[in-house]
Amino acid sequence: MAKIKLSEKKIAELKEVCKSFNNEKGELINVLHKAQSIFGYLPAELQEVIAKELNVSVAHVYGVVTFYSFFTMTPKGEHPISICLGTACYVRGAEKVLEEFKRVLKIQVGETSADGKFSLSCLRCVGACGLAPVVLVGEKVYGRVSPDGVKDIVAEYSNL
Amino acid sequence: MAKIKYHMLVCGGTGCQAAKSEEILKNFQDLINAKGLETEVQAIKTGCFGFCEKGPIVKMMPDNTFYTQVKPEDCAEILEEHIIKGRKVHRLLYKDPETGEYKSDSKHMGFYKKQIRIALRNCGFINPENIDEYIARDGYQAMGKVLTELTPEATIEILKKSGLRGRGGGGFPTGLKWEITRAVKADQKYVVCNADEGDPGAFMDRSVLEGDPHTVLEAMAINGYCTGADKGVIYIRAEYPLAVERLKIAMKQARDYGLLGNDILGTGFNFDIEIRYGAGAFVCGEETALIHSMEGLRGEPTVKPPFPSESGFLGKPTNVNNVETYANIPAIINKGADWFASIGTEKSKGTKVFALAGKINNVGLIEVPMGITLREVIFEIGGGIKNDRKFKAVQTGGPSGGMLTEKDLDTPIDYDNLIAAGSMMGSGGMIVMDEDDCMVAMAKFYLEFTVEESCGKCSPCRIGNKRLFEMLEKVTQGHATMEDLDKLRNLSHVIKDTSLCGLGQTSPNPVLSSMANFANEYLEHIGEKKCRAGSCKALMQYIIIPENCIGCTLCARNCPVDAIIGERKQVHVIDQDKCIKCGACMEKCKFNAIFIK
Repeated sequence: MAKIKLSEKKIAELKEVCKSFNNEKGELINVLHKAQSIFGYLPAELQEVIAKELNVSVAHVYGVVTFYSFFTMTPKGEHPISICLGTACYVRGAEKVLEEFKRVLKIQVGETSADGKFSLSCLRCVGACGLAPVVLVGEKVYGRVSPDGVKDIVAEYSNL
Repeated sequence: MAKIKYHMLVCGGTGCQAAKSEEILKNFQDLINAKGLETEVQAIKTGCFGFCEKGPIVKMMPDNTFYTQVKPEDCAEILEEHIIKGRKVHRLLYKDPETGEYKSDSKHMGFYKKQIRIALRNCGFINPENIDEYIARDGYQAMGKVLTELTPEATIEILKKSGLRGRGGGGFPTGLKWEITRAVKADQKYVVCNADEGDPGAFMDRSVLEGDPHTVLEAMAINGYCTGADKGVIYIRAEYPLAVERLKIAMKQARDYGLLGNDILGTGFNFDIEIRYGAGAFVCGEETALIHSMEGLRGEPTVKPPFPSESGFLGKPTNVNNVETYANIPAIINKGADWFASIGTEKSKGTKVFALAGKINNVGLIEVPMGITLREVIFEIGGGIKNDRKFKAVQTGGPSGGMLTEKDLDTPIDYDNLIAAGSMMGSGGMIVMDEDDCMVAMAKFYLEFTVEESCGKCSPCRIGNKRLFEMLEKVTQGHATMEDLDKLRNLSHVIKDTSLCGLGQTSPNPVLSSMANFANEYLEHIGEKKCRAGSCKALMQYIIIPENCIGCTLCARNCPVDAIIGERKQVHVIDQDKCIKCGACMEKCKFNAIFIK
């Protein structure tokens, strides 16, 4: 895999973050949260930087990154779409909604569309079970989504 | 405060926020300012009211009028009619589905009638971002009493006498846990709040933290005083940004008031709290896994003993309690152990918060006394099954629990009865299913979750659950044999008996309970290749009834894969090899000529 060139400015910012946590290895998860909010994802090159800063092995960082579902090693789309597959949403038909998103966007879960606009992921319960099934686009919550409504949601962002 | 005549409480829970409650709040505030009513009317964002199905909720105080499904454009009318003219806006009141009567006071609504609110006592009543409102409702009084009047031993005694048990799922007696941690000698101890709510479909911890964050801080400080810890850590899911924000605000306010920090209330007691973030791992609800995650490691559990009360966070004695457990504690100290113990059943005292969801009319968060029956919860509070369908099962305890059926409806709910019925209390998720839900598919759904969330440390859970999942998949696709049923059962027991932590020890529960309660469905899938709920796609066939088909071609034109053949005005036929079972044809057919076999 080709090496990714990370922005120097952002790297400097990340090093500052590590410093603010005293380069303490016990703060790894906190550092990763900040790193993901700066870069949007956690590529291998970034994990190398963090490992060096906190004085732990890259394998250790990689182990933690891949353990938790919140951390991702692939960049998300401009408008990340998450479908809640918590039980309440599942029982109210979330799976059909997911199938429709896959069909409309022509991507699978965990993938990003070719134009970089959309990515598709699943999550477990956002606590808005009253609105099940729930779909998130970025931070915006769509409630009581039916397969028929999927096209409209996608259209809302397609021309942005 | 004295001058304010009306308070408009706008629900700021996640469900209502997703349905534009922020905009409603802003509209109210703008309207109040525009009309120059700031000194008389106040609009406040509160925590969750619980009745998420009918959100966004706006409650008017002091007259207790409860408006449901409010839209941002309704604000002007509410202000004009209710506040200025003193007339209720009828169309926004709750309409009783049975009698058709409009009910303006939540107390008379079926959803609230049987509820007793202890853990949720402040949710929906106070502005969670204002410490004064918490204090006005006896906030920090329990801490004051404990620090100035009671010894740690006496406080622990109150908790033991109250009968409070852990609300995170296990049901371990809280007072006893504190006593054990207290007894361990160490230079440093920690108290932890487990706010890593991982059960999909349960959101009570989130609602407490969003609606009443101070109660958790207060209880943690009491815990610190009793166990001898001066540091508290809240471990919370990063997916709960609103709860995190409100906790941070609450912590700052408490420090400013001298209710956290050094020399609290001049008693010489020091206690402060920090937040650590989870990153999405169900297994981190398990104490030892949670502690490893707090230390920045993979959240894998370790063998107990040693228990966290002996060796926990950074190797120091650590007392872990769940959010809802904490939320009960200030109320118990204030009102007394006897009061708390008077509610509930013999071995399960107090109340439990349940997240009611699924195929039920009133989705929401409820707090009910232990000992209430499932029938009361589902049919009286929950308002029965959606679209008048027939009740089939209810899953309690999330992926670790089991499916309860018609025969369990009159069993009083408590820790022990639920276990005896093959399920468990868990954190309080309650998912209702109707006749359209296939029980094999539900078991498969939960197993898929477990497989994904298994940390991989011990093989029974890592490999066993995967095999269970594959076998269930075979059943839902019609490829299983009777032999597979025995294998399913045997493997389930092996996984339960040999897994390292609670995740694996409970993960086969949905399989075992569905096999016990719905054996017929398993047999039909295997023997007749039939799914009676019509939800297992592989076993479905869409068939055209020749007598009803007039050859309008509508179905053929709407089939996305051209699987329907037939000339205009001729009977059409579905090519089963091509059909992807999307159901588009059946939806479009105007002559009821298509059915599912």
